[in-house]
Amino acid sequence: MDVRVQDVEFDLGAELNRFAARQTGMGAVVSFTGIVRDLAEGLDVMQIEHYPGMTEKALTKIAQEAKTRWSLGDVLVIHRHGALRADDLIMMVATSAPHRVDAFAAAEFLMDYLKSRAPFWKKEVTKSGEDWVAAKDEDEDALTRWN
Amino acid sequence: MDVLYFAWVRERIGQPKDTVDTGAATVRELVQELRAREPRYEAAFADLDALRVAVDQELADFDTPLSGVREVAFFPPMTGG
Repeated sequence: MDVRVQDVEFDLGAELNRFAARQTGMGAVVSFTGIVRDLAEGLDVMQIEHYPGMTEKALTKIAQEAKTRWSLGDVLVIHRHGALRADDLIMMVATSAPHRVDAFAAAEFLMDYLKSRAPFWKKEVTKSGEDWVAAKDEDEDALTRWN
Repeated sequence: MDVLYFAWVRERIGQPKDTVDTGAATVRELVQELRAREPRYEAAFADLDALRVAVDQELADFDTPLSGVREVAFFPPMTGG
């Protein structure tokens, strides 16, 4: 299990290749990548704040929970913080499993929990001002399917 | 005990952290003490439904006891991913 919280960029292809290369005996690798969108139309910076210490613990706990629910080989989570711009990569998850169904389900579970239970907050800074991105009800609702 | 603030909670209060000496038995009692301090705290804690809390870096609720706790953090609902 590899959980990283960092302000520097990551190389999606290199990370995924490295992850896949480590997976012996696994039939499936699934990955998801989050990218900064310019929803504010004129986004200057997407500032991502986090809670050092708790963030790593929360992500590790979410990843461990995924490993208890599905038959997985490994889990990778990388999440950035700091000042990002439109089209920058915010985060990625990757899962490996003997079968694709488990790898897909675990990746979705990780994303659903990470969105609402990992201590990150986004602020959109535009020419006309700045605003914290509000949590969406549907993101909270998405968690109920895993109960 | 360290009390940490994140995102707009931090901005409303104007600082990321307080160190408090409190006899509050629960998070809710701690919030009442903080609200009584100054208008900026009152503004930050005006709507508890808009806030989340972590106790010693684990998500908790406002009725969580504070006995033996070293760190409490207040923040808006999280927006990771």
